[in-house]
Amino acid sequence: MHRLTIARIVEGLGKGDFSSMEITRHYLDRIAKLDPNYTSFITVTAEQAMRQAQAADQRRKQGDAPPLCGVPIAHKDIFCTQGTRTSCGSRMLDNFIPPYSATVVENMAAAGCVSLGKTNMDEFAMGSSNETSFYGAVHNPWDTGRVPGGSSGGSAAAVAAQLCAAATGTDTGGSIRQPASLCGITGLKPTYGRVSRYGMIAFASSLDQAGPMARSAEDAALLLQAMAGHDPRDSTSSEVAVPDYSAGLGQDIDGLRIGLPRQYFQQGLDPAIADIIQRALIELQRLGAVLVDIDLPHSSLSVPAYYVIAPAEASANLSRFDGVRYGHRCETPVDLNDMYCRSRAEGFGDEVKRRILVGAYVLSAGYYDAYYRQAQKIRRLIKNDFLTAFGQVDVIAGPTAPGTAFAMGAKSADPVQMYLEDIYTIATNLAGLPGISIPAGLSNDLPVGLQIIGNYFDEARLLNVAHRFQQTTDWHQQGPATLTEEV
Amino acid sequence: MNLDDNDIRKLATLARINVDNSIIEDVAHKISDILDMIDQMQALDTSAVEPMANPLDAIQPLRPDQVTEPNQREAFQAIAPATENGLYLVPKVID
Repeated sequence: MHRLTIARIVEGLGKGDFSSMEITRHYLDRIAKLDPNYTSFITVTAEQAMRQAQAADQRRKQGDAPPLCGVPIAHKDIFCTQGTRTSCGSRMLDNFIPPYSATVVENMAAAGCVSLGKTNMDEFAMGSSNETSFYGAVHNPWDTGRVPGGSSGGSAAAVAAQLCAAATGTDTGGSIRQPASLCGITGLKPTYGRVSRYGMIAFASSLDQAGPMARSAEDAALLLQAMAGHDPRDSTSSEVAVPDYSAGLGQDIDGLRIGLPRQYFQQGLDPAIADIIQRALIELQRLGAVLVDIDLPHSSLSVPAYYVIAPAEASANLSRFDGVRYGHRCETPVDLNDMYCRSRAEGFGDEVKRRILVGAYVLSAGYYDAYYRQAQKIRRLIKNDFLTAFGQVDVIAGPTAPGTAFAMGAKSADPVQMYLEDIYTIATNLAGLPGISIPAGLSNDLPVGLQIIGNYFDEARLLNVAHRFQQTTDWHQQGPATLTEEV
Repeated sequence: MNLDDNDIRKLATLARINVDNSIIEDVAHKISDILDMIDQMQALDTSAVEPMANPLDAIQPLRPDQVTEPNQREAFQAIAPATENGLYLVPKVID
């Protein structure tokens, strides 16, 4: 039952093969039994999940089932859930029980999803290995000595370990796509503004975007349908109409022009990964796509520009954590300043502090033009590179990450090394474009993701290309050996 | 870019985060590395480029100046570290 895609779960529930209570109980049992190996959950809301499942079964009986009625999913612990602790992977919010829910959480509930709990993540979504969580590192189900990627590493590991049918994630510089790649699942970062950021704890507000992490593109389409849409509570939420993402799946891709950025296949890319991506592209070509070499000339500046803009926005966003209204407060502060400085020193982990300090530096008097304004100008050049490319091609493809899942601890001592994990994903965040990572092969028994980037609000096309690929390949159906051997 | 201990102390004050003396050198070293990586940006002449703050170049939407949210003070204060009579308590600011 835990291997079923959402599309099949909905079918099974509809035909009465099993109930939501049965599949929810099954997933909860798996979490209890297996998650000690992965630490992919921070909080499991078992009782609440069973109540939601019971209500879902009732609605289905009454003929009143919304599209995902009774499907068990999990939410990244960055989404506020009314009455359930929302930690953002941080000691700062270890005691934070939100008085309201994020729009994404409400939308998924309205679509009928059952929430199993909250998944682990890098603290405040800052990281590419899920090693910075206050609740402990997440282990990759393909090899528990390796990282799952980050920051949505808990969501990726939980889906890969078949502890939930799908999960929500957020992506500021690659935090959905890179862990999806490292854990062998399908992860979609929508266009900036496609999904509401209301109630999603802010890291870098001009880059943050929520999206689905699932077993297939078909499932990602179902989930995005539930998540997307205009939200008056998020001033950056788009009013562009939401299409029917499932309706377009399966259309042929004859003549589809796929751009291959020269810069994404140069030095730094593991040759074994280059080979797997090459083979995936040949498969797409076989399906009728036309491969076109393109240039994204400012690619090499995306990581530097991002590490100005994201920390700058983070230092502003995280200034709200001051020990006054919610979150961690230090013991016996001597004065107000001591309370701020100690509460923040105790509440935040090393990587979060580092980024706040970098943000304070690039925004400080005398440096603003050289850093922040320069980064914003490069951001426009990066966007313009993509606009030029989309004049010639329909989608852009390449690797999601420069390597497969790396050993735990391998990059944690060197922040710059860690930042380069997102070298192929960051540019799409800076430009605000949608991107999807889908499993494309295995290198030394570890999954490799193919990234496909689309034009603004072209998620339907991305999902269709991914779905066509998944119709003729089975990489997305492969799982960690320990799970496939399991009866 | 080489930041020293004093630079870090100044940033720590700006950010209102205590940085322990025992780790200040390591923090300076790591932040200097990050700034070195960021400095790759400086090689590019961008004098003719307009900065971009929002990927869709969107502008701030406005709504009528009307109260839309109900008062939830009790719910919000239930999770505060210290409150009294509907007010948030902090250490004494003025003697």
